[in-house]
Amino acid sequence: MRTGIRAAGMAAASALALTAGQAAAQAPTTLTMAVGAPVTSLDPHFHQLSPNNAVSDMIFDKLVDTDAQARNIPGLATEWRAVGPTTWEFKLRPGVRFHNGSEFTAEDVAFTLQRLPNVPNAPSSFAAFSRPIQRIEIVDPLTIRFHTAAPYPLLPLDMTNVRIIDAQTHANVTTEGFNSGGLAIGTGPFRVVQHRSGDRIEFERNAEYWGGAPHFQRVSYRMITNDAARTAGLLAGDLDFIDQVPTTDIARLRNDPRLHLSEIVGLRLIFLGLDHLRAENENSPHITDNDGRPLGRNPLRDVRVRRALSMAIDREAITGRIMDGAATPANQFLPPGTFSHVADLPPIRFDPDGARRLLAEAGYPNGFRIQLNTPNDRYINDARIAQAVGAMWTRIGVRTSVEAQTWAVFVNRAGRQEYSAHLIGWGSNPDGSHPMRNIIATASAERGWGASNRGRYSNPRLDALLVQAMAELDEGRRERLLVDIQRMAAEDVAVIPLHIQTNIWAMRRSLQHSARVDELTRAQDVRPATMR
Amino acid sequence: MSVYLLRRLIQAVGVVFAMSLIVFIGVFAIGDPVEILISPDADQIERERAIRALGLDLPLWQQYLVFLGKALQGDLGRSFVFNEPALQLILQRMPATLELAFAATIGAIIIGLPLGLYAGLRPDSAGSKVIMAGSILGFSLPTFWVGLMLIMVFAVQLGWLPSTGRGETVEVLGMRWSFLTWNGITHLIMPALNLALFKISLVIRLTRAGVRETMLMDYVKFARAKGLSPFRVTFVHVFKNILIPVVTVTGLEFGSTIAFSVVTESIFAWPGMGKLIIDSINVLDRPVIVAYLMIIVLMFITINLIVDLTYSLLDPRVRLEGK
Repeated sequence: MRTGIRAAGMAAASALALTAGQAAAQAPTTLTMAVGAPVTSLDPHFHQLSPNNAVSDMIFDKLVDTDAQARNIPGLATEWRAVGPTTWEFKLRPGVRFHNGSEFTAEDVAFTLQRLPNVPNAPSSFAAFSRPIQRIEIVDPLTIRFHTAAPYPLLPLDMTNVRIIDAQTHANVTTEGFNSGGLAIGTGPFRVVQHRSGDRIEFERNAEYWGGAPHFQRVSYRMITNDAARTAGLLAGDLDFIDQVPTTDIARLRNDPRLHLSEIVGLRLIFLGLDHLRAENENSPHITDNDGRPLGRNPLRDVRVRRALSMAIDREAITGRIMDGAATPANQFLPPGTFSHVADLPPIRFDPDGARRLLAEAGYPNGFRIQLNTPNDRYINDARIAQAVGAMWTRIGVRTSVEAQTWAVFVNRAGRQEYSAHLIGWGSNPDGSHPMRNIIATASAERGWGASNRGRYSNPRLDALLVQAMAELDEGRRERLLVDIQRMAAEDVAVIPLHIQTNIWAMRRSLQHSARVDELTRAQDVRPATMR
Repeated sequence: MSVYLLRRLIQAVGVVFAMSLIVFIGVFAIGDPVEILISPDADQIERERAIRALGLDLPLWQQYLVFLGKALQGDLGRSFVFNEPALQLILQRMPATLELAFAATIGAIIIGLPLGLYAGLRPDSAGSKVIMAGSILGFSLPTFWVGLMLIMVFAVQLGWLPSTGRGETVEVLGMRWSFLTWNGITHLIMPALNLALFKISLVIRLTRAGVRETMLMDYVKFARAKGLSPFRVTFVHVFKNILIPVVTVTGLEFGSTIAFSVVTESIFAWPGMGKLIIDSINVLDRPVIVAYLMIIVLMFITINLIVDLTYSLLDPRVRLEGK
């Protein structure tokens, strides 16, 4: 009798142990992640901003999705093609439902595109993505055609930025409606449970997600802007996953046996923009001769001077010592492996002697004085990089003073061409036309080009090639044109590329992450380490 | 009394008005928020649209008049970033900051007063030397460093307390409070202590100085000569008289804790007003900055008023009439 009871007890205990073991083997139920940049809105069409886009990607889907390398892959559209020179056709995924059960059809796509330019008070709208589309034609509930005014090869790429909302649910919805969380309803892998603006967003998984149910039951997505606090939270075990790992913490986190890092060369180029606005015989605002007197000409208009300044920079030293290895020296806009990357473009050699010779050849054997302006709160180690560049330039006789300012001041003054040389960054789309149109194309409101061309570089031959590339629907021919433009820009030193940042995330060993080149931090990219 | 209050009120309106003007011009001088808010790849058409959408196409004086007209109707504008009323954004975050500031201030008084009293009554003992040396540390160590050390020791090394954020909240009177749950209190301890450290030192030093001065007063000598118990001498005659400077300083400190606990809030990821204002300044979210500073001015005026009223309770010789 007694033994019987004991045996039963033991059986019960082992049964308990078994279920506990099974529970441990299962996916962890909650993922707590912290991001370094605040998410300002759950409205997917209110503010064009990476942190917002990352969260939108968890709630909503796009017609064209992007993989971790930012290559286009099917999303809510299963296939797309140009059916005519000015017509794109998208076949939509059947059987997809929004979180509230409403069915996804072509109507929703048309509705979304119509909303883009009509979001009140948007500080940075998505209108540019619907502007090329002149007419939307719904062929059947699962086929939609976009008619453009001129051939427009970038339409699928544009669609990777447009998150689809529901025509029924979201008629007359406001940004506040989305922000409250209640109406943030999409087709995406997670649904919003609670949104506390500037603090955290609580998600639960959408078990019916068309791409497969997410690995975590719940996700707590927290915004912790202080770098040290994010790292400490991970070390203390309060957080499972953090982004924007500060470069000074990389070694420490890498050596911690409980943690590991995921990293990938990103799409953000740090470069120097130079004053091209002032003509050769004009004074640039922050350039003088060695005695502090106006020079009477703008040396930066001479390609030999620009090349000398570029050759004077020891990029390996910057990426190794200042960036702690979290960057790759750059000689062009895009990293290897992306569309229109020029594989055989030689790296820019560090050659201070050659730089001095070029300066002498250009008529500046004793150099000149220049001020390099930089933000100090925008890019990773921005002011320290500028100081290093300043020291390297001074070594070839271009005596450089560095002035660091907060981004709010810097970006306005740079936009008014008040600087002679400035350090700035650019987070690209994985398509060379994106940085080219914005940074080195001649500034023109008509074309909508060069809005971020703060140095006012202008090269009519380059512009002409770019016009051609932007109308070329054949991807092969388009890539060759972009490669030519990239070569031309490098030859002419349109800007001085420094390095491309590495995106780094840190997490518990029990987690795995597919690192994204586009810097977005999303819960669907994280999974338990045991799962393949 | 009512004349006094009325005068204070008029003062307040004037200060708030001046503040809004200064902030308006100041933020305008720093630069154009559109350059910061807009996506870098926005073209010129989109930039124009954003400038119009945020009402920044008007000349500054017109923008200010528009703001003033709406402010008189209780609308302090909408945040450029959140597209929500600025006032609502600030009020949403107020409970978090208030409970942090209250916890820090109460902590400062509970810890600071007894220690200061002891140091004042026994100035030569070893204990008070330790207290005074400690208070120097409390003054001189920078908040952000102490905050990080607290996190490293108590959260990372010992694992006793959670490292960041605010804990579970309970909704009372339509606002979320975390000090009513155990989880909330564990989250509150470190940031409150970090904020309180400077105040504790302040209270210790003020109390000690006050006690040492008062002990030499004739009325204290008389009370002792009369044969009153040391307890009564200390807690009735001395204590009441040292409270005035302590109340003044604690009151003002309370105000600045609410308004400017930016460092502590960002280190501990505390979702309060300080974090909001620093984020708003970074992106030149002018409606939020203006509304925030106006609220802070009103708050300081109110606190000063309360401090003055407390004086008259503590010291019947202080009269508030006229001045």
